[in-house]
Amino acid sequence: MNAPHQRERLVALVVLGALLFSPPLLLIADAAPAAHGWLVIYVFLAWGTVIGLMAWLMERREED
Amino acid sequence: MRSGLVVLLLAFGYLALLFVIAAWGDRRAEQGRSLIGSPTVYALSIAVYCTAWTFYGSVGRAAQFGPSFLLIYLGPTLAMLMAPFVIRKMVRIANAQRLTSIADFISARYGKSSSLGALVTLIALIGITPYIALQLKAITVSHAVLVNYPQAAELHLADERFWTDGSFWVALVLAVFIILFGTRHLDASERHEGMVAAIAFESLVKLMAFLSVGIFTVFVLFNGPADLFSRVSEMPELTRLLSLEAVPGGALGWVGMLVLAFLAFLTLPRQFQVLVVENVDERHLRRASWLFPLYLLVINLLVIPIALAGLLLGDGAGDPDSFVLTLPLSAGLAGLPLLVFIGGLSAATGMMIVETIALSTMVSNQLVMPLLLRSRRLHLSTRGEFAGWLLGIRRVAILLILLLGYLYHALIGETYSLVTIGLVSFAAASQFAPALLIGMYWRGANRRGAALGMSVGFLLWAWTLLIPGFAQSGWLDPGFLEHGPWGLEWLRPYAMFGLEGWDIYTHSLLWSLGANVGLLVGVSLFTRPSPLEQTQAALFTEALRPGLMQASLWQGQTTRGELRALLGRYLGDAATARVFAQHPGAATDDSQPAPAALTVRAEQALAGSLGSASARVLTDSVVRGEPPDLASILSILDTTSETLEVNRRLEQKSTELARTSEELRAANDRLRELDRLKDEFVAMVSHELRTPLTSIRAFAEILRDNQDLPDEKRRHFLDVVVRESQRLSRLIEEILDLARLESGRLTLEPKRLDLVTLVHHSVDAVQRLQENRGVTLEVVIGPETAPVIGDADRLEQVIINLLDNAGKFAADDAPRVLLRLDRHKDHYRLAVEDNGPGISPDERERVFEKFHQIAHQESGETRGRPRGSGLGLPISRGIVAHLGGRLWVEGAARLGGACLVMELPQAPAEAPGTGEEIAET
Repeated sequence: MNAPHQRERLVALVVLGALLFSPPLLLIADAAPAAHGWLVIYVFLAWGTVIGLMAWLMERREED
Repeated sequence: MRSGLVVLLLAFGYLALLFVIAAWGDRRAEQGRSLIGSPTVYALSIAVYCTAWTFYGSVGRAAQFGPSFLLIYLGPTLAMLMAPFVIRKMVRIANAQRLTSIADFISARYGKSSSLGALVTLIALIGITPYIALQLKAITVSHAVLVNYPQAAELHLADERFWTDGSFWVALVLAVFIILFGTRHLDASERHEGMVAAIAFESLVKLMAFLSVGIFTVFVLFNGPADLFSRVSEMPELTRLLSLEAVPGGALGWVGMLVLAFLAFLTLPRQFQVLVVENVDERHLRRASWLFPLYLLVINLLVIPIALAGLLLGDGAGDPDSFVLTLPLSAGLAGLPLLVFIGGLSAATGMMIVETIALSTMVSNQLVMPLLLRSRRLHLSTRGEFAGWLLGIRRVAILLILLLGYLYHALIGETYSLVTIGLVSFAAASQFAPALLIGMYWRGANRRGAALGMSVGFLLWAWTLLIPGFAQSGWLDPGFLEHGPWGLEWLRPYAMFGLEGWDIYTHSLLWSLGANVGLLVGVSLFTRPSPLEQTQAALFTEALRPGLMQASLWQGQTTRGELRALLGRYLGDAATARVFAQHPGAATDDSQPAPAALTVRAEQALAGSLGSASARVLTDSVVRGEPPDLASILSILDTTSETLEVNRRLEQKSTELARTSEELRAANDRLRELDRLKDEFVAMVSHELRTPLTSIRAFAEILRDNQDLPDEKRRHFLDVVVRESQRLSRLIEEILDLARLESGRLTLEPKRLDLVTLVHHSVDAVQRLQENRGVTLEVVIGPETAPVIGDADRLEQVIINLLDNAGKFAADDAPRVLLRLDRHKDHYRLAVEDNGPGISPDERERVFEKFHQIAHQESGETRGRPRGSGLGLPISRGIVAHLGGRLWVEGAARLGGACLVMELPQAPAEAPGTGEEIAET
C-alpha cells in the first residue's frame, strides 16, 4: 500500500471491473453477431483480465 | 461398485479423513507450526463460498438461465477487488475489538447493542437455515442419483424413516466434527486452525472433482470444445442459453444479481467467519484478493460445457441439477461418479461446518448470553464454571442448528430447486449490508436507524421471497401471489406497487434494500446516538488510522482484584492469568487500582468469549466512573489527527533541514578544498619564482664580488641571469593568465577565423626551435578550411604550447611530433602526437592540474629543453573551454606516445557581409 498511487490504481481497477461486468458493455458483447456465445467468452475474458491486473498490482512488491 | 454400502463407506471414510486433517492442523497449531499461516490456505478457505449449490446448482442454473449463474461469482470478484479497503478495515476492527461474528460486529458498531446483535442473529437463523437444508438435500439427492441410476432418483423423504436417510447421519457426524474442532477455545476470536485446514482441503477436493467431470465431458464425451459447440449451434434453443436473453430480468436482472452476490459475499455469516475471524494475518488479503477470484473462475470455466452436454444428451441425463453426476454415469464409468459425489460432499460439508460455527457463536453470544446475564436468578459462584456452561451452550446450539437444517430439508426441501433456496438466503444476508458497510464509513449512522432499517428490510424480504416460496411449496394458498392479500393488488409479493416484469430477486432487493438504506439514513439523521455509540462509531470509521486502537479510552476506576475476580468467574483461571500476564506491574497487590489498559484488555478478553455487548455489561458492573464518551474519543481522534499533521509537518521540516545542512556541508567541503588549493598554489608559485630568483641573485652576487672574472665566464653568467629573468617574466605572465582565466576576467576576442591558417602560423613559429632540438615535425591537415570562432592570439598560444610540450616529451632518439587537423562531425579536432613514453591513463587528467610535472621530467633539462612551468596545459584548457571546445589527452594512434587533442566547434554558416574577417586572418 506504500507504493505511490497504489490506492488510486486499486480504485481504478474496481471501477474497471464494475464497468466490464455491467450492461452497457455487456449489451454490446451480447449483440455481437459473429458467433453464439460471445457474451460468455466476453465475461470470461473480462474476468480473467481483472484478476490478472489485481494479481499484478498485489504481487509486484513482496513486502508492503 | 455403486452399491449403497460402498457409497456410504466412502462418504463416511471421507468425513473421517476430515477429522484427521483437522486434528493434525490443531496439533501443529499447538506446536506453534501453524498449517494455515499461508495466504494460499487463506484463499482456499474463503472458497467455502462455493457450496453444493455451486457444485450441482451452477450447472442446473446454466441449463435453465444461461450465463446468469456467473453473477454469483462476479459479485465476490468485485468484493475481493475492494478487499484492500473494505475487508482490511473489517479485519482491523474485528482484531482490535475481538469481534467474533457479523452479529457481534454490527452490535459493536452501534454501541455494543445487545438487541441489535440478537436481531442480526435471528435474521441469520431464519435466512440461513434453509441454506444448510440445501446442502443436506444436495447430499441426499446426489446419493440417490448415484445409487438408483439409471432409474430416476425418486425422493420421498417424508415416507422414509429418518434413520435410513444418509444425510441425517452426515449431519450428526458433522455436529460431532464441529463440536470437536469448532469449540476448542472459549474465546471465539481465537482461530480454529484445524477446521480451517480441513476447509482448505475440501476446497481443493471439490475443485479437482469438478474439473475432472468438466474435462471428461468436453474431451471424452465430445471431441473437445469445438465439437461440443458445433453441435450446440445446430440447436437454436440451446444457443439461446448463451445470450443475455436467457438471464431472468435481462440486463436489469443481471445488475440486480451482481449487486446481490456482491453484498451477500461480505455479509454471509460463514464468509465473515473465514474472511475476518479466521484471518491470521492482514497481509494474506493481498494474495487472496486475486487468488480467490481465480479459483472462482477456474471452477466455473466448464459449467456451461457440462450444462450444454447434458441438454444435448436429453432425457438420459435427467435433472439439470444432477448433470455432473449423470453425465459420467451415462457413460458407464464407475470411479468418476464416486469422485464427483465426494466433491459434492466436500462442498456441502465445508459450508455446513463454517456456517454452523458462525451461527452457533452468534446464538450463544448474542441470544443466550444476554438473557443469562439479565436473569438475576442465575448465580454462578464457582470459578470457571461459567466457561463450561458457555461451551455447553455453543455445543447445543450446533446440534440444534444442524437438526433445524435437517428438519427444514426433510419437511419442505423437496419442493424447492437448489438455486432458489440459495438466492433467497443471499437476499436475507444482504440485509446486513447497509448497517455493516454504511456503519463502517459514515459516523452518523446510529442504532435506531440500523435496527429499524434491518427489521423492515427483513420483513420485505420475507414478504417478497420467503412467503411466496412457502406458497409455491404448497404450504399456503398461492392465490395471493396473483391477486395480492385480501384482494390488495399493490401488495402482490412479486409485483409490489405494481412493479411488474422484474425478476423476483432484483425486485425483492430493490424494495428491501431500498427501505433498509432509506430508514437507516433517514432515522439516523433525526435521532441522537448514545455516547457509547458515538465512541464506537468513531472507532469503526477511523479504524485504518494508525495508533488509534491502541489509545486507551477508559476513564473509570476499578481494582485489579475486582477485574481478576470478574475474569476468573467467566473465563476461568488460565485465561485470566494470560490477560494479567501481559500487564505485570504491581501484580501481587490486588487492592491497587487497575491501569486503564488492563481494563480495556479485560473487556476485550470477555468480548472474545461472550460477545462485545455482554462484555460491556459485565465490565460496567465492576468499573466505577464514566465510560469514554464522545468528547474524549473525539478529542483523542482530533489529537491523533493533529499529531499526525504536526508530525507530517515536522517530518517535512526536518527533511528540508537535512537537505540544507547537506548543502551547507558540501559548500563547506568545497571551500576547504579551495582553501587548500589556494595554499598549495601559493606555495608552488613561491617555489617556482624562487628558483630563478635564487640563481639570478647568486650569479649577480658572483659578478658583483668577483671583479676579476674572465670575460668569457662573465658573459656566460650574464646569459644565465638574462635567461632566468626571461623565465621569471614568462612564469609571471602565465600566472597572471591563469588568475584571469580562473576569475573569469580573461578577455578573449572571439572572431571568425580559419584554424588551418592559424596552424600554419603556429608551425612556422615553432619550426625553427624544433629543428634546433632535432625534432621532426610532421603536419597533416585534412580540411581545406576550418572555420571556428576564436581569439587568434590565444589559440596560437595554445597550439604553440601543445607543439612545444610534444617536442619536450618526444623520444630522446629521433624525436618526432605529428600534428593532425581533422573534421569530426560538426567539430574540428587538432591532435598533437609525440613518440615519447606516453601518459598512463590515470595520469591523463592530472596533467591539466596546475604545476603538475610528469615524474620523469624531474631528471632535469635533458637535451637542453627548458623546463615547463606546469601551467601551460591548465591555461590552454581554460582558453579552449572559454571558446566552447575541449582539450584532452589520449594515446597516440600513430606515434605511440601521448596525444593531446583540441576540439573546437565549427563556426556557424557565414553571415553575408562578414567575409572580410576571414580574409584578414
